[in-house]
Amino acid sequence: MATKLDKVDVVVVGVGWAGGIISAEMAKAGKNVVALERGEHRERSDYIGQKDELKYDSRYEIMQPLSSDTVTSRNEIGETALPIRTREQMQLGFDVGGASVHWAGATYRYWPYDFEMRSKTIERYGEDKIPEDMNLQDWGITYEEMEPYYDKWEKMAGISGEQDPLAPKRKNEWPNPPLKETPPLKLFKDATSNLGLHPFQVAAGNMSQNYTNPDGQTLNACMYCSFCTRHGCDFSAKSDPIATVVPTALEHDNFELRTRAYVRRVLYDSGNKQATGVMYVDEETGEEFEQPADVVVLSAFAFTNNRLLMLSGIGEQYDPETRQGIIGRNFNGQYNSSFHGARGFFKNKRFNLYMGAGALGAAVNDYAADNFDHSDLDFIGGGAIELRQYGDAAIKSNYIVPSDTPRWGKGFKENSLFYAYRGLHIWYTATAMSYWHNYLDLDPNYTDEYGDPLLRATYKFGENERNIGKFGVEKCREIMEEMGADIVEEDALPEEFDHVYAGGHYTGGVVMGDDPETSAVNNYLQMWDVDNLFVVGGSAFPQFGSHHPTPTIGALAYRAAEGIEKYMNEGGQLAKAKAKSQKA
Amino acid sequence: MVDKDKNKGHTEEPENASRRDFLKKSGYAAGGVAGGLVLGGLFGQFDTAEEGANSDQVEQLQNARTFFKRREDFETLAYASERIYPEDENGPGAIKLGVPYFIDKQLAGYYGYNAKTYMKGPFQPQKSGEYGLQTKLNRGEVFLHGLRKMQEVSQKDFGSKFAELEGEQQDEILRKFEANEIKLKGVQSSIFFELLRQTTIEGVYSDPVYGGNKDMQGWKMIEYPGPRMGWASEIDAEEFLSKEPMSLKEYQGGNL
Repeated sequence: MATKLDKVDVVVVGVGWAGGIISAEMAKAGKNVVALERGEHRERSDYIGQKDELKYDSRYEIMQPLSSDTVTSRNEIGETALPIRTREQMQLGFDVGGASVHWAGATYRYWPYDFEMRSKTIERYGEDKIPEDMNLQDWGITYEEMEPYYDKWEKMAGISGEQDPLAPKRKNEWPNPPLKETPPLKLFKDATSNLGLHPFQVAAGNMSQNYTNPDGQTLNACMYCSFCTRHGCDFSAKSDPIATVVPTALEHDNFELRTRAYVRRVLYDSGNKQATGVMYVDEETGEEFEQPADVVVLSAFAFTNNRLLMLSGIGEQYDPETRQGIIGRNFNGQYNSSFHGARGFFKNKRFNLYMGAGALGAAVNDYAADNFDHSDLDFIGGGAIELRQYGDAAIKSNYIVPSDTPRWGKGFKENSLFYAYRGLHIWYTATAMSYWHNYLDLDPNYTDEYGDPLLRATYKFGENERNIGKFGVEKCREIMEEMGADIVEEDALPEEFDHVYAGGHYTGGVVMGDDPETSAVNNYLQMWDVDNLFVVGGSAFPQFGSHHPTPTIGALAYRAAEGIEKYMNEGGQLAKAKAKSQKA
Repeated sequence: MVDKDKNKGHTEEPENASRRDFLKKSGYAAGGVAGGLVLGGLFGQFDTAEEGANSDQVEQLQNARTFFKRREDFETLAYASERIYPEDENGPGAIKLGVPYFIDKQLAGYYGYNAKTYMKGPFQPQKSGEYGLQTKLNRGEVFLHGLRKMQEVSQKDFGSKFAELEGEQQDEILRKFEANEIKLKGVQSSIFFELLRQTTIEGVYSDPVYGGNKDMQGWKMIEYPGPRMGWASEIDAEEFLSKEPMSLKEYQGGNL
């Protein structure tokens, strides 16, 4: 029997960027908040002195262990999905801070086009431009409406950047100046300028100087130490929830953070269409608890937000056969159709590539969103072309070699030693679309340690993914040639999604919009069906934008926080549905 | 017995080797315990040079099989890893770098026992590769299956133990595993080969605390400087900066 706890105003499930922001904002607003985090408590000292490539980059130390649960995966409806068993194939954030502790820090706002992809595509190219199998839809919010939330998130996170010459003019400067320009970045910028493109320095969650955010949290200047992506920061110089929103929330007595609390159900009163709280297990004792709350916020990773709704029987499960239902619909993400491009090897030049920072990079947005004419192209959408100097330690350097390098033995050793720190990679952050055949549901065969079904992902590329991938690779090759590499190689594009869930950019399934027939939440991320349930995070993306997802997740979390407060004051639905009837 | 002639050239020094490195390697070369180069090298004479004798002795004492029970399995592993990352004019190979012990230590811990891997059935091991690892076997078991099969193939094809074959013959067997031409129970031979290859490279280049990359010689070969406080003042330098590496132990401030 579960022990029933005292009711609180808000219960927050999952403490990454989204849950951290909601926690901090609700705590500041004086609400009684309990945040439940499945992983352990983390603080800065957990990451000090941890510069260990094997532990973090090869063994994925701070990713979710998959021993209890994972996601099953398949390409085709009707196929038996198999569990993704190892962290080489499935990298999910874990512990307080979630995936934002190991993120690289690349910060791009989505474009006005990205939020209204359907309307703007039809406007410019006509409806025929949209393939029949694509569930292309607007977000129910515009860039103009998103702007203040982006601004708020960027200031809280202390982003270091400069104005992208092609992007909408910023109302406020980036809170910090850009990171330093290194020789590889300069090479990229010169080459893209020569080609008539518009390079700029990637905006970064890595601090270019010491910074105090509006909540009074301080971040330190980045040391360019290279142990950044897949690592927690040694110096509190990478913006993450542990350095910002979590300590802000913890300053308030009305906020409580409970770790090792694995939420298994949202408690739901189907008669009144109200969430009444959550049920969780204390993973250290096995004890079950009920935490009643006026407002329930799911702010876990997209997979978990989806799975919790499905396990709790909230909202109608999407069924690809009938194409009815909402939860699990429009599962999408920047899968391995994205981040391909070209590699260049320089025989007479070695770069200090063992130095770096997660978002130290240069980019062009000439091929992002609808910044280029798609009339004669066989795809819609776009992405940035970027070069990043993450900082490569010794193991990784062995894998950045020309493709004719033997895979082992004397030839491998010779080439891998010679080409270490001579190889640069540029790629296209191509968008990924949603299709009727890609979705999430519960797996019929595999269960977690409590016997609950795992989440099942059904995903295959559409033509858009293949065509945009090819386009990006060609553009990257042209740039790499202009950069003067002695050997230029195009990345091989995968024929089909290969069940490697690397990089963490999986979204959708509980998507936002202005029509309850095609969206689960309104533009405050409040469920259409359940007024006091907010589902916050990448799960809200109807399809992917042109760039990395984090800043948009952060901005949406601020929007949701505003909505939750509004709901607590006024009650009811915060947004008006566009469609005639609301979904029962 | 091992044909020591094929290891000729293994005592050549990388150009920048210090006197201490040289003495240690002489220790390897002088080893002669039964079992050939591996056992002779790794269990042979301790370095008695006045400088560093103590720490070298400690290091030697920290190297013993903890996962592999049969010496024969470990010997096969050592020679196979040496073919993946051989000694050459650039510097030492897998054996002198301690890679076999690195792999042994990895397999003795959570990684070898797949403690952070989803291990519930039903299993479809034949779908490994296409869907990542799908074996019921954990990584340690995959290694044991693979190494014992290598020995079996070696006896069948060449009438001799894997450790005693010529390098080219060893490569021939390894290529069969890589191409998934060998049948193993419960796992594809190519999956075993990729694990062997991956862990060998990791053993060469991960921090010495894990048992490989002896004396940071892997890092020296590739000119990787190890973990540092940061590079804020060097990050925009035009020229490649080659520095003597620093270990994690030093970075963390040494022992308690």
